[in-house]
Amino acid sequence: MNLHRTLTTTARVLAQLRADHRTIALMLVVPCVLMGLLAWIFNGTPVFDGIGAALLGVFPFVVMFIVTSVATLRERTNGTLERLLTTPMGKGDFMLGYALAFGVMAVLQALIATAFAVWVCGLDVAGPLWQLVVVAVLDAVLGTALGLLASGFARTEFQAVQFMPAFVLPQFLLCGLLAARDQLPDVLRWISDVLPLSYAVDAMKSVTANPAPGADVTSDAGVIGLWILVALVLGSLTLRRRTA
Amino acid sequence: MSLLPTSAQRNIFHRMMKNAVEVRNLRVVRGGRTVLPDLTLDVPAGQVVGLLGPSGSGKSTLIRAIVGVQLVESGQVRVLGEPAGSPGLRHRIGYLTQSPSLYDDLSVRANVRYFASILGAPAASADEVISAVDLSDHADALVGRLSGGQRSRASLAAALVGDPELLVLDEPTVGLDPVLRRDLWNLFNQLAAQGRSLLISSHVMDEASRCDRLVLLRDGQVLADDTLPALLARTGTQDAEGAFLSLIDHAEEAAR
Repeated sequence: MNLHRTLTTTARVLAQLRADHRTIALMLVVPCVLMGLLAWIFNGTPVFDGIGAALLGVFPFVVMFIVTSVATLRERTNGTLERLLTTPMGKGDFMLGYALAFGVMAVLQALIATAFAVWVCGLDVAGPLWQLVVVAVLDAVLGTALGLLASGFARTEFQAVQFMPAFVLPQFLLCGLLAARDQLPDVLRWISDVLPLSYAVDAMKSVTANPAPGADVTSDAGVIGLWILVALVLGSLTLRRRTA
Repeated sequence: MSLLPTSAQRNIFHRMMKNAVEVRNLRVVRGGRTVLPDLTLDVPAGQVVGLLGPSGSGKSTLIRAIVGVQLVESGQVRVLGEPAGSPGLRHRIGYLTQSPSLYDDLSVRANVRYFASILGAPAASADEVISAVDLSDHADALVGRLSGGQRSRASLAAALVGDPELLVLDEPTVGLDPVLRRDLWNLFNQLAAQGRSLLISSHVMDEASRCDRLVLLRDGQVLADDTLPALLARTGTQDAEGAFLSLIDHAEEAAR
């Protein structure tokens, strides 16, 4: 691992993003539009307060997953990854470089989406706002880490996009948004206890419902952090210097 | 064209080493097909060695094995005295992939600077190699907007940056006009004169005259490994293409 090469890669990925205004706009605006749509649908009912915050954790996760898995797949297909792996670039430097770059985007996205949800859509948050933002950022970085991992299994961009429903939808169904997790059949509950998005949604719910969520959020954030680490390590294992 | 900076120390070290690359009994199978059955080859240090052969003959696979990105079944590849793919080699080899491998959404300069930075080379060295491949006028253009020939030269610049001792170039002159091809071959010969080793693949036979040595590859086998004059004398032909054809005919007769 080498900090200079990691940061150089982060800077390069951000420079590529900066040139792509439409992607930046999509990353920052789409979560707000969806949030606004949801608030409008449930206008005048308490439903939005219940699921609005949970979705604030889901959107950054999904968006970052897609952007990351396609971006890294591009590195594989256009030959830049093969070239990079003949240089002193470490696999960990590469993964972390990407994670940091998209992490920066995640912070921006989380700030904008949270501000929009709270001040424009009138989302009621009982706990401290900064915790909401921290959890949203963690969710986004989790999406990036899983996206890096998924891109290792995709051979084409079509496959990479299909990994989104494969990786994300089961987590979405089991994370407690559609049915409370403690009411799921045992097997499904066990599965949902393992999946990271469940903890993202739990954490978001704690912050909105509880004026002093403290320990709950910390332990949920810990599980998300662990998943980020595991996905990054597994992802760097899928990067092979030698290929067939 | 400007010369790249040279390091006297590396020159001395290089002259002490006889071969830049030593391949012994290399066997590579890709997708169930044996691409290189049993290949043995030396690339002498400080020379330009041309790797010639039709497409599908195994040139790119051999090159990938030398830069250490090819899974090999058996055999040995040693590069600059170390096993191919060793971490110690990663800042000593410049690799040009067959299709240009750069980031389309960044400028030529940003691309080359990125690779310079990874290698720990100064940012100014990026401008030097960009001028060496005659792209200074397009340094700020996005790679995705360049023509095919410009793009492959930009990719070459990224392989040259960091002053590597060994350059492994997979078809660097494809799609270039004759003037540019001549200029690039002048550059390659200059680099060799400064003590660097170059292995350059091509399927353009008339580039053979610019190489110190030629390796003719067909169906994953070395048909010939010699200087051009020696090859012409041995086969009694006028040019590299004629020599190649004569060698294939002989090989097929022998096989019958």
